[in-house]
Amino acid sequence: MLSTKRTSTTTQDQDGAAKAAPPGPPPSRVRRPSRWLAWGFLAPVTIYLAAFYAYPLYRNVELSLREYTVRSFVQGGAPFAGLDNYRTVLSDPAFGPTLWHTLIFTGASLVFQFSIGMALALFFHQHFPLSRTLRALILVPWLLPLIVSASTWSWLLNSDSGLVNAALGAVGIDPVNWLTSPGWSLTSVIIANIWIGIPFNLVVLYSGLQGIPVEMYEASALDGASSWQRFWRITFPLLRPVSTITLLLGLIYTLKVFDIVWIMTRGGPTGSSATLATWSYRLGFGNMLPEFGPGAAIGNLLIVMALIAGLIYIRIERRQHLR
Amino acid sequence: MTTSTPRAWWKTGIGLVLTGLMLFPVYWMINVSFTRDQDMRANPPHLFPINGTLDGYRAVLDQQLPYLGTSFLVGLGTVVLTVALAAPAGYALAKLRPPGGPALSFVLLIAQMIPGIIMAMGFYAIYLTLGVLNTLPGLILADTTLAVPFGVLIFTAFMSGIPDELIQAAVVDGASRLRTFWSVVLPVSRNSIVTVSLFAFLWSWSDFIFASTLAGGGDHQPITLGIYHYIGNNNQQWNAIMATAVVASIPAAVLLILAQRYVSMGVTAGAVKD
Repeated sequence: MLSTKRTSTTTQDQDGAAKAAPPGPPPSRVRRPSRWLAWGFLAPVTIYLAAFYAYPLYRNVELSLREYTVRSFVQGGAPFAGLDNYRTVLSDPAFGPTLWHTLIFTGASLVFQFSIGMALALFFHQHFPLSRTLRALILVPWLLPLIVSASTWSWLLNSDSGLVNAALGAVGIDPVNWLTSPGWSLTSVIIANIWIGIPFNLVVLYSGLQGIPVEMYEASALDGASSWQRFWRITFPLLRPVSTITLLLGLIYTLKVFDIVWIMTRGGPTGSSATLATWSYRLGFGNMLPEFGPGAAIGNLLIVMALIAGLIYIRIERRQHLR
Repeated sequence: MTTSTPRAWWKTGIGLVLTGLMLFPVYWMINVSFTRDQDMRANPPHLFPINGTLDGYRAVLDQQLPYLGTSFLVGLGTVVLTVALAAPAGYALAKLRPPGGPALSFVLLIAQMIPGIIMAMGFYAIYLTLGVLNTLPGLILADTTLAVPFGVLIFTAFMSGIPDELIQAAVVDGASRLRTFWSVVLPVSRNSIVTVSLFAFLWSWSDFIFASTLAGGGDHQPITLGIYHYIGNNNQQWNAIMATAVVASIPAAVLLILAQRYVSMGVTAGAVKD
C-alpha cells in the first residue's frame, strides 16, 4: 500500500541524512534548499486552498448567520441574525426525521457495502482463471457518473414498468411503489447507494488482503484450521486497520451523498427519503424562493458530522503509523 | 499460483455469476437504450433488445452533442488545472519538505471531507457577486476542488519514491530546482500524472452538484444536466434517457479498459492515504 511505502521511504531518507550530516545543526537545514523555494512550489495550491476552499466555507458560515432574502443575497446588506437560522432548522418538525434518515441511510449503506465488499474481496483473493478481469469489471458501478446509476435504478424500480416489480410479479408478489411510497423510498435509495459503494470496499479490502503474509495461512493450514477459523482468527484481526479506515472513509463519503437521493426521489415523497444533504439543497436551490440561511445552517451541521468522522479517521491513521 | 484445475474453473463460474449480478443494472441500461417506445412498458419486460431501435441514440445526436462538448471541455480544463496545481505541491511535500508542509497535508485531507453541497452554496454566493455563474471557467474552477486534494496526495506518495540521488545529480549538474522539477521529476512521474488526470477528468465529467447549482441556467451545461433535464421534464422516452446515460458512461469504460492499472492505484491510494 502506498501509505506504508511512503512512510518507510521517508524514514529511510531521514536516517540516511542523519548519518551523512555532521553533528550540530539539524540535518534538514544542511541538505534542503531554502524554505522559500519549497514554498514557491506550494504557493499555487496554498492560494488555491484559501480562495476555493476557505473562502466558500467562510461564505457558507456567513450565509448561515445572516437573514438573507433574494434581494439582499444579490445586493448585500442582509441583517445579522445570530443563530436564528440554526434555531429555525433545529425546531423544524422535519429536522428529527431527516437526521434519522441520514443516520439510517449511512448506517445501512455502510453495513451492506462493507460486508458484501468483504465477501467479494475474500472470494476474488483466491486467484482463479479470469479473477483479475472480473474484479476489474466489478469496478464499473463505482466509475459511472452518479446520475447514470441513479437514473438506471429509477427505471429498474419504476412502479409500473420496472424490472424489479416484474420479477416480483413473476413469483407472485404484489408490485411495490419503490420510489413513490413513503414507506419504501428510503430503502430504494439505500439499495442503489449500496450497489455503488460495493466496488470501493472490494478494492480497498482486497489490497488489504494482499498485505497478509501467505505464511500465516500456510501455518494455520498445517495446524488444521478450517477456513471459517482462518477467517476469524487470521484474516479478520489482521485486516482490522484496513477495515477501520474503509469504514470511516465510507462514513465520510456516505454522509456527503446527495446526487443519488436527489435524482431518484428528490428526498420525497413528503420528505420520506430526505437526508441533511438533500434538505440543504432543497432550501438553497430547490424552491422558487431560496432560503440560503437555513440551507447553509444545515450544511454546516453536516460538515461538523463529517469533520468528527474525519478527525477520528486521522487519529486512527496516525496511531497505526506509530505502531 | 493460478492452476487450471476443475475446482479453479468452478470458481470462475461463480465469479462470472457474481460479476453478472453486479453489472446487471449496467446491462439493463444498455438494453433499455435500444428498446422501442412501444415495448418499453411490455409486461414482462423484454430481456433482450429484439426489434431494437436506434431512436434513443438518434435523440442523443440531435439533442445532447452540445452538452457532451461542454463536459469534454470542462473535463480537459479540470485536468490541466488540477495537474498544474497538484504536481508542484506534491513535489514540494515529498522532496523539499518545507516547514509547515505537514500542516498543509492535513488541511488537504480535511478539504476532501467537506460535503459538495456546502462548497456549492459558497461558490454560488461568490460567483453571483463576481458574475461568473454559468461560465465555463467558473465550472472548471469548482470542479477542480473535487480532484486537487486527491492529486496532491497521489503526487506526494509517488514522488516520495523517486530516488534522492536522481534529483541530487541534476542539482549537482547545475540545474535549478524549477528545471529539476520540469526535466527530471515530471518525466519520471508519468504514471501519477496519468492517474491524477484520469480521475480529475472522470470526476468533473460526472459532477452533478456544481453543474446544477453553478451552470444550471446558462448555455454551458454539461452532460449530467442533459440527462437530468430529460428525467425532470417527465420525459417518457426512456430509450433516449438511457442512450444518453450509455454515452455518458463511455469515459468510465474507456478508463477501465485502457488504464485499469491506474484505476486500482488511484482507488487504493485515495483510500489508504496519510
